Amino acid sequence: MSQPTANCPNCGAPIAFRWSGSVQTVCTFCKSLLIRTDLDLEMVGKVADLPAAASPVQLGTEGAFAGRSFVVIGRILYEYDQGNWNEWHLMMNDGVSGWLSDAQLEYCITFAAKPEKLPSECRRGQQYTWQGQTYTVSSITKAHYRGVEGELPFQTWDRKDVIFVDLMSPSGKFATIDYSEDPPLLFLGHAVEFEDLKLKNLRSFEGWS
Amino acid sequence: MSPNDPAGPAAPQVKALNCPSCGAALTLRSFGNAVSLVCSSCHSVLDATDPDLKVLQKFKAAEDEDSPLIPLGTRGSLRGTDYEVIGFQRRTIEVEGIHYSWHEYVLFNPAKGFRYLTEYDGHWNLFSILRSLPEDDSGASTVTYLGEVYRHFQTADATTTFVLGEFPWRVRMGESVTVSDYVSSPRVISKEGTGKEVTWSMGEYVTCGDLWKSFNLTNEPPVPVGVYENQPSPLSASVKSIWAMVGMFLIASLLLLVIVYVTARSESVFEQTYSFDAASHDEASFVTPVFALHGHTSDVELTTIASLNNSWIYVNYALINQDTGRAYDFGREVSYYSGRDSDGEWTEGSNTNIVTIPSIPPGNYYLRIEPESDPALGVILYTVSVKRDIPQLIFFGFGILAILIPALFITWRAMNFEHLRWAESDYGTPPDDGSLIGTLENLASNFKSSNSGDDE
Repeated sequence: MSQPTANCPNCGAPIAFRWSGSVQTVCTFCKSLLIRTDLDLEMVGKVADLPAAASPVQLGTEGAFAGRSFVVIGRILYEYDQGNWNEWHLMMNDGVSGWLSDAQLEYCITFAAKPEKLPSECRRGQQYTWQGQTYTVSSITKAHYRGVEGELPFQTWDRKDVIFVDLMSPSGKFATIDYSEDPPLLFLGHAVEFEDLKLKNLRSFEGWS
Repeated sequence: MSPNDPAGPAAPQVKALNCPSCGAALTLRSFGNAVSLVCSSCHSVLDATDPDLKVLQKFKAAEDEDSPLIPLGTRGSLRGTDYEVIGFQRRTIEVEGIHYSWHEYVLFNPAKGFRYLTEYDGHWNLFSILRSLPEDDSGASTVTYLGEVYRHFQTADATTTFVLGEFPWRVRMGESVTVSDYVSSPRVISKEGTGKEVTWSMGEYVTCGDLWKSFNLTNEPPVPVGVYENQPSPLSASVKSIWAMVGMFLIASLLLLVIVYVTARSESVFEQTYSFDAASHDEASFVTPVFALHGHTSDVELTTIASLNNSWIYVNYALINQDTGRAYDFGREVSYYSGRDSDGEWTEGSNTNIVTIPSIPPGNYYLRIEPESDPALGVILYTVSVKRDIPQLIFFGFGILAILIPALFITWRAMNFEHLRWAESDYGTPPDDGSLIGTLENLASNFKSSNSGDDE
């Protein structure tokens, strides 16, 4: 896998991409939000400082899911009326991009699923079947982008509010419909226990071993 | 970026803050995971996601209105993970005009997240949020989770009536939410909320003793009152095992019985007919010829048959071991009467008397026989026969009774426990769930209702 290196158009610091599919990153030095074009990096703005981390996961955290190892290369922090949650962007060892969500330390791993016919609107309790699994809508959340860091597979700088529909199943399988794009995106995955991810390079918390 | 990178962010620290309302010192223990924080001095509910800790609500409460039995900040190890108590709330339901309250403790670990301890009348449960959806069994008042059926116990509106510390959700005093409990002891599944947001969680019963050890507490733990909805019955395991034992005992008894019947010799060792004239003045007693009792120590059956009608004979026996001189003395009466009166034919007594003498060692024996009767009755013919090694059913009966009585007692106690458990439910009585106890319960209540039906 290539790791193209360029320089931040704002401060000149070296910018490395760990994943060839990344479209956007943030300069760790000057916090410039950078978009990768065919030839170069374009600065589209600056990102605000993220609030003090609540997650044990950080950029560079490594782990494993379903026999594949991964490394955390990016993050989106969403905020909604009941708090906030993190979507950590994962690069799996087979080059696929995945997501580790951490909502108040409840963890979920999802992957973009191949396009399905998705409802344009849904209500709680409605059921859908994808890939042989029936899911029930458990929550509908209106959130906004609170901040980003690292590499992401799409541009976020022009986004504000987004509707997420979460679906649960009797088997621990988990689905999210992301209405930030049209047609909406479907992510399928699994609720996971922290210890099952075998995470390394975690943030440490004072007073806790 | 590695955690040792000097340019990396410092390890998050427990935040020390001040209440914007009263200035009292506050502690945020959950590193930015808290959504609400309650000041214990002025009882302000604060927005923990706001750097300025905006005051969202204030409520009145005495400073010591409700102190947590496990103080905030206490750490304990539960199932191998350290958790710290960071929040505390009291929730209250109203059933038939009576208020019932329980306490909930928010537990936190920076990696594993949140767990919840609930306490009602000294009964504790450790809860975690479910990540899989329990299946509502439409029509039935049950839910199924991971193949296990949970029975509906109670649905009530729970109102938050006291809060302290921090919470990973927007907590509000006075807020009500519908809570339904489904039990499969020692677990319980709780469904909270309706409409927009439903949260399922699962609790498991923990004993005070275990909890106090986990949190190294030195205060006196509360004494559990009554039977709680998912409290494991100390007897349900015993009921199953004792009935398994009864079953095995019955099978073993049956086998033994067959073996005894097959191997018992039931050997006829002596038989002789005598005549006795009570009117005679001759010496009545005499001895029989010697007969041998073979084999191991076992019982001997002696039968006295007399041809009688409206008469009686009493025979004094002594079974004497010729080798040791040991004698077994006993007397038997044979009497038979018959006649006719206004009710028709009647009879009383029998021509035959059988007696078993247990535990007779092998050896050479003879009988000394001394008959008695009414001299007016004339000559009576009677036959004495001796059989060796007769299988005895009575001992099997005693054995079965000896195991059946404790089995029935334990079952009754277990039924009582289930009765007390379900008395607190929306139904008042245990469900007929097809289990042994459930079936017995149902039989008992059917019996009761059919009895009371007879009375009316």
